This record gives sequence, C-alpha cells and structure tokens, in this order.
Amino acid sequence: MKHMRALNKKAGRIDDYVVSRTEDVVGLQDHPSTQQRPHVPMGCALMFTPGWEVDAAGGTAGLCQPVERDIYDCFVSCYWPAQVPDHLNNAPDWTAKCATATKDWRNLDLVFP
Amino acid sequence: MTAPMTAPIATNGARVYRLGEFHRFDAGGAHFLYLVPAGAIFAVDTAVGKLIDCLSSGELPHEQLMEDLAASGLMIEDADELIAEMYHANVIVANDSVPDQPQPLPDVFPIQTLVMNLTNQCNLSCQYCYEFGADKLATPEGKPKFMDLETAKTSVDFLLAQSGDRRSIHITFFGGETLMNYPLLKEVVAYANERAKEQERHIDFSLTTNATLLTPTIIEFLSENHIGVTVSMDGPKEMHDHLRVFANGKGSYDIIEPKVRALIQNHRTRPITARVTLTAGVSDVIRIFRHLKQDLGFHEVGFAPVTTSPNQLYAINATGMDSVLDQFHTLADEYLEHALRGESHGFSNVSDTLAELCQGVNKSHPCGAGLGLLGVGPSGDIAPCHRFVDSDAHALGHISTGIDRAKQADFLRRGHIDSKYDCHTCWARPLCAGGCHHEAFVRYGDTGHPNLHYCDWIRDWTDTCLRIYGAIAAGNPGFLQQFAERKAS
Repeated sequence: MKHMRALNKKAGRIDDYVVSRTEDVVGLQDHPSTQQRPHVPMGCALMFTPGWEVDAAGGTAGLCQPVERDIYDCFVSCYWPAQVPDHLNNAPDWTAKCATATKDWRNLDLVFP
Repeated sequence: MTAPMTAPIATNGARVYRLGEFHRFDAGGAHFLYLVPAGAIFAVDTAVGKLIDCLSSGELPHEQLMEDLAASGLMIEDADELIAEMYHANVIVANDSVPDQPQPLPDVFPIQTLVMNLTNQCNLSCQYCYEFGADKLATPEGKPKFMDLETAKTSVDFLLAQSGDRRSIHITFFGGETLMNYPLLKEVVAYANERAKEQERHIDFSLTTNATLLTPTIIEFLSENHIGVTVSMDGPKEMHDHLRVFANGKGSYDIIEPKVRALIQNHRTRPITARVTLTAGVSDVIRIFRHLKQDLGFHEVGFAPVTTSPNQLYAINATGMDSVLDQFHTLADEYLEHALRGESHGFSNVSDTLAELCQGVNKSHPCGAGLGLLGVGPSGDIAPCHRFVDSDAHALGHISTGIDRAKQADFLRRGHIDSKYDCHTCWARPLCAGGCHHEAFVRYGDTGHPNLHYCDWIRDWTDTCLRIYGAIAAGNPGFLQQFAERKAS
C-alpha cells in the first residue's frame, strides 16, 4: 500500500487484501515488488520481443523488431498458441543456430515443409 | 501474442463515503490508525489525514471527495488511488460496504490451559480476597478442602483429552495457597510429564503463591521443572502488610521477603513475576514498582485494581483510579525509553498489552475463561476460571463427567462481545471485550455485563499502549519482534 504501513500481524493481513484489490494491474515502469509483479511469459511484447502487433500500415514490415524473433519465443516457452515450426517432427534443428535469442535471432529462418 | 489487457470497469463513481471505525493517534512524530474491530495498526501518511479531515463533517460522494482532496493539494490520480486504498482497508466505508457479520463460535474449541486449585485453604487472611472476602462467590461448604491425587490425575487426563491438537498446553496451579498442597503439586507434575511424554506433547507449568511456604527444596523443585512463578505481593512492608495478613492480623512481609529473594536468586529457569493488587490504601504504584523490581529483583511486575463491589472500604474510588493511571503513565514513559534502547523494563501491564496489540487481537470474549481455559476446584468441579472455583452457581460440570455444554454455552453467550450492547460504539473493544467476567458478576451480578465502571480508564490505557507501540515501531521496530513470537494470551 502506498499510504499505510502495516505495523502488526492483523494489519499485515489487511495489507495483503488491499494490495490484491487495488494493485492487480501494475505498471512495470513503476518497478513493482516481486510479489506484485505479474507473470509475464517470455516472448510477450512487454519484454524482449514485440509480439504479434502490426505496424502503422497494418503489416509487419515496419515493426521495430522482426516477426521471426517473436515466433522463436512461441516455439520455446510461450503459452500463446501460434504457428511455429514443429520442433518434434519436421524441424528439430530450427533453433540450432540460435543459442541466445537476443543475439542470434537473425539465424532463425522460415521453414518450408 | 500478448493477451489483451482490459482496464477494470470503474464502479467507485457511485459510492458515497463516510469514515469507518478507527482510533487515530500520534506517537514519535508519526501518525497512526488503530482499525476497529480488526485490531490492525497502521502508520499512515499525511494524505490519509487529509482524507479523514474531508470526511469528518459527514459523508461525501466520490466526485465531491475527489474534488476536496484535489483542493487540499493532492493530484487527481493520487486521490483516486488513496480513496481506493482506504476503502478496501475499511478506513472509510461506503454505501456498498458489507457490515461485519456476527461469527458463531467454533463447535469444538480445544482447551489450552487448566487452572488447578489444589486447595481452597489459605494461611493468609487478606481482606480483599475474592475467595474468602466479603464479595466471595465460592460455596465451599461440604466440599473437599484439598484436591486428592485421583481428581488431579483425572484433571490432567481431561486436559490432554480436551486439548485437541494444540502443540503446547499449560497447567497453572492455584489456591487457596497453592503450596499448602505441595505434595500433590509434585505428583501432578510427575504424572503430567509422564502422560504428555507418552503422547509426544509438552505441558508447561506455572503457579501463583503468596510465598509464605517457599523453602529451598521447593524452589529447587520449581526451578528444575521450569515452573513459572507469580508471587502475590503488594509492595514494601507497610503497604504489603496493610491487607496481606495472617489470621491473627500480623503482616506477612517479613516472612516472605527473604523467601522471595531466595526464589529470585535460585529459580533461574523462568522469569519470576510479582502480581500486585491495588486497593484504597495501597495505590502508590511507582513506589511499589521500584521496590519489587529494583529492591527485590522481580523480572516483571503487574498491577490490577482489586475486584470488589464499590462499597468496600478498600475499593479504589474514581479519584484513586485517576492517580493510579497517572502513575501507570509515568511507568509507561519509562517503559518506552527502555524499549527504544532495546532494554527490558518489567512493567508487565505494558508488555502484556503490547503483545496483544502485536497480534492484532479482536476478542469475542474478554479472556479465555470457559473457552480455552478452565478452572478445576479441589472437588473436581469445573469452573470458567480459577476465580469461579467452588461456586455452585457457576460450575460448568465435573472433571469426572466432563464439561456441561449447555452451561458452558450460556456462559459464553453472555460473555460474547455481541451481547454487550454498550461496547459496540467503543474503539477499545477488540482488546477489552467488556472486561473480566468475574468482576462483572461481583459488580453487576451478571458475568455478561460490560464493566462500565472502568471504560474511560481502559480507553486511556489502550491509547497509551498504542502510542508506545507506535513510537517503538517508529524508533526501534526490532523490539516488537519478541511479541510477534510470543503467543497471544
């Protein structure tokens, strides 16, 4: 809480309750505490990759970062359903040249079945 | 790939706010709120003060409150955030706030403490004694004067069986004069330890005594068995001997003084406490405290005004109580200075209250009597606590047949804070809950009657302890850790 600081056990419980009611949407730029920080899956726009946004023209060409890199995160860790190369059967080596996504994303190529 | 974020729909625009229930206090240059009935203590900033000021003259709709806060210098976003925080914490309430619902007691409430009155006999004749004095409730005629081993063992078994899965349980030995039945005390400790060990549990012991019968052997036994000792003692000789006398009228100070010194010196396993009864002739709190703490060396000293009907000569009148409270304040200031230096002071009226404030207690009943604590008399009669032992009118069953649930329910219903209409507008009720059942019966003839004769003093004392708590939280918060670990009484 911003205006009150809990000083006993009961106040601590009220604090938890108020935080859950008032601070469920937080701005990451405000550096929220670990407890308040939302779970942000890797690959979402808030983090390294821009996500499936479109640019001003409605396409993907003008995005600050290329769409391929975003696909990479869907492939590795993201819960969000997206068309990614099938790393179990058809494209097991798709990320072989991409050890670190932030540096090697250019090595990810399109897959042509 | 990011899931769409939607802003919560604002519903607060329609709310009309008013102040919730709290007690506001300042300490150590900071501002605090004690939230009632939760029992929560918060340090608050000046913005909270502004919000409270805005609403102090009556209720306001959301928009108006926002405007008033903006006029007092708050940014509009901050004002909105502040209102939301205070609303959810119940510092302010609105038309859609849900009032507190009465909570029924749990069906099963395991016992934690059993007070065993080993005897109803005493070698002193203190005039104010609630067991023998003018206001006595006990009807000991025809009942055993000393508890026998069979009853004592049954009591221990009863405690073990009725304490559910509680980790630590307590037996407190009481009287009469407890040590007049020392042989039984020894046997009970041995038996209880043995039974507890079989069940892989632990029983904690304590006793209250007038110290007249202490011997080196007894002190050694108490120390070896980690038995906590409270000595009933009223101060230096002239005060102590005022009412704590033998049957022939001779004072008991000279007998107990060397024994108390030996006890404090040789019983090293538990702190030794003095418990002072304040009466009309014995109310020089500071002098009593100095003598017991510094001259004799008690670890803690606690005071309580005598329980009596108001017409007794030794009853403290209102002026006397004001003086007592003034002296309490002086000791409380000393306590705070000690606490800020991280030192123990020994005035247990403060430390006991701080312990409850630290937990944030919000009591349904003033104490555990009849709930987690029961008394057992020499006859095996179960009483709500030691003060009701041997009183037929208040018996809650017998140790051999168990608790009389109907009588227990009646006692608890009377004593419940929800039954005490006068208490519902009092901010001190989370701690007080109407005050001692026994005192209520002596004063008003009903254990469930709120003790209205000391409301102002209770509020004053609670406020004093809150300010000490706040000042310690601001100046030396580490000191409060001991209370966080200590179990709420």
